[in-house]
Amino acid sequence: MPEKLIMSPEDVRRAIVRIGHEIVENNRGCKDLVFMGIETRGVPLAKRIAASIADFEGEEIPLGTLDIGLYRDDLDDMGLVQIKPSDIPTNIAGKRVVLVDDVLYTGRSIRAALDALISYGRPGRIQLAVLVDRGHRELPIRPDYVGKNIPTSRQDDVQVRLTETDGSDAVVLITAEGE
Amino acid sequence: MSAHLPENRQGLSGMAIAAREAPAAVLPPRPAPDIWRHQHVLDLDDFTVEEIELVMETAGAMKEVLARPVPRVPTLRGTTVITLFYEASTRTRSSFELAGKILGADVINIAASSSSVSKGESLVDTVLTLQAVGADILVMRHSRSGAPYLAARHTRASVINAGDGWHAHPSQALLDLFTIRSYLGDARGRKVLIVGDITHSRVARSNLWGLTRMGAHVTVCGPPTLLPVGLEGPQGAEAANELDRLPPVEIETDLDRAIKDADVVMTLRLQFERMQSGLIPSIREYCNLYQVTAKRLAKARPHALVLHPGPVNEGVEISLDVAHGTQSVIEEQVANGVAIRMALLYLLSRAKA
Repeated sequence: MPEKLIMSPEDVRRAIVRIGHEIVENNRGCKDLVFMGIETRGVPLAKRIAASIADFEGEEIPLGTLDIGLYRDDLDDMGLVQIKPSDIPTNIAGKRVVLVDDVLYTGRSIRAALDALISYGRPGRIQLAVLVDRGHRELPIRPDYVGKNIPTSRQDDVQVRLTETDGSDAVVLITAEGE
Repeated sequence: MSAHLPENRQGLSGMAIAAREAPAAVLPPRPAPDIWRHQHVLDLDDFTVEEIELVMETAGAMKEVLARPVPRVPTLRGTTVITLFYEASTRTRSSFELAGKILGADVINIAASSSSVSKGESLVDTVLTLQAVGADILVMRHSRSGAPYLAARHTRASVINAGDGWHAHPSQALLDLFTIRSYLGDARGRKVLIVGDITHSRVARSNLWGLTRMGAHVTVCGPPTLLPVGLEGPQGAEAANELDRLPPVEIETDLDRAIKDADVVMTLRLQFERMQSGLIPSIREYCNLYQVTAKRLAKARPHALVLHPGPVNEGVEISLDVAHGTQSVIEEQVANGVAIRMALLYLLSRAKA
């Protein structure tokens, strides 16, 4: 299948640094911020954004991981998904929680993530950061921070590859054959 | 390690740490598990290492759910779980019920004594009736070995064997393994001693399969009259009766010798009717020879774990101080039972979808 490079490792790095700056600016600093990476690739992304903020602000932001397997409503289509424990670093009540994920598509994962998150407490505000927004929303969900918008067809596949999970950084668009 | 997991004693963290130190290179793909092939959970003899690992990992995640202030997730909404118990039970039935409710399933409990079974309804008819009212998962305990296999042949629902006669009790063996792993990290190469009435213990049989498959060195110890013939006779596929098959293990009749260097000491309940049927000379003699006491436990590894599937006859198969001692994880076994049963319900319901 034809594979097209949409973001190089350098593009990914720049997008992460920019998202970090936007988060700090939008929240007027780092006070009460908590990052929650959505398994699997949201986790290393959240770590990198937090590391980047630590570089230029000198502040460590609490970092957690969220597994949404128990909350999905599209499991019937996906079959068996492996469940992992979530890790909530701090009491999230009243905090500004930034959910981090790799690709935003239908919005159903984010809906599940919102349910999962709220079962741990009542955040003051929830924001959403994604590396790629590929459109085709099925739910009224809008990201606050986007690395790159990629117009796609529903038949396409967008893959975010990260060093931590896939050996190297890249975003590729895989177009369906015959398109 | 989740901030919500209670850090009680060294063990619990052990597994989470092991999970975290997994190679950072390439994570397994998420919508993975083609690993899981089961529609039913009848025994562990047909479980692969990968399937057992999947149950363990899923149960680890379920444990995190249990530690939340409000342990409730919507995962099994619309799924009906029916527990059908032909035999009395407290912990197994209540932990399956709780597991189903935490996952959002509708749970119906049926005790045979108060159902149409007491009017003479056959097992197959009961199972068909429960299928007709919409059971997705049937959790079944029966005093006859093999009864859940018969049920599984007659229903589209998933059947979980919650104990059948002397034969198998897979969810108990899985929770034992989960408890052992949470302390020792891995069962591979560990010496696990199972003491007591092996012949009549479905817990022991399922544990023999589960533990040997995961690489533990298993020794069974008890009076010769309470050691099953299958252990010494034809094993594996050669056994005449499928239900008599057992994996190869060490056999020992002297507890003082068997307990030496054990990492895990699993005691079994002595059923008093065995004594009346002449299989042991007297309870006092049994206690003298096979009771797990502090003195005997001292010969095991310093941090050896003591397990018991319950209910415990204190002062018979195990002394009071050991049952409640620092090495005993008996209460934790019960708590882990809920997580294991949540994992099984989840895996079965998703595998069908």
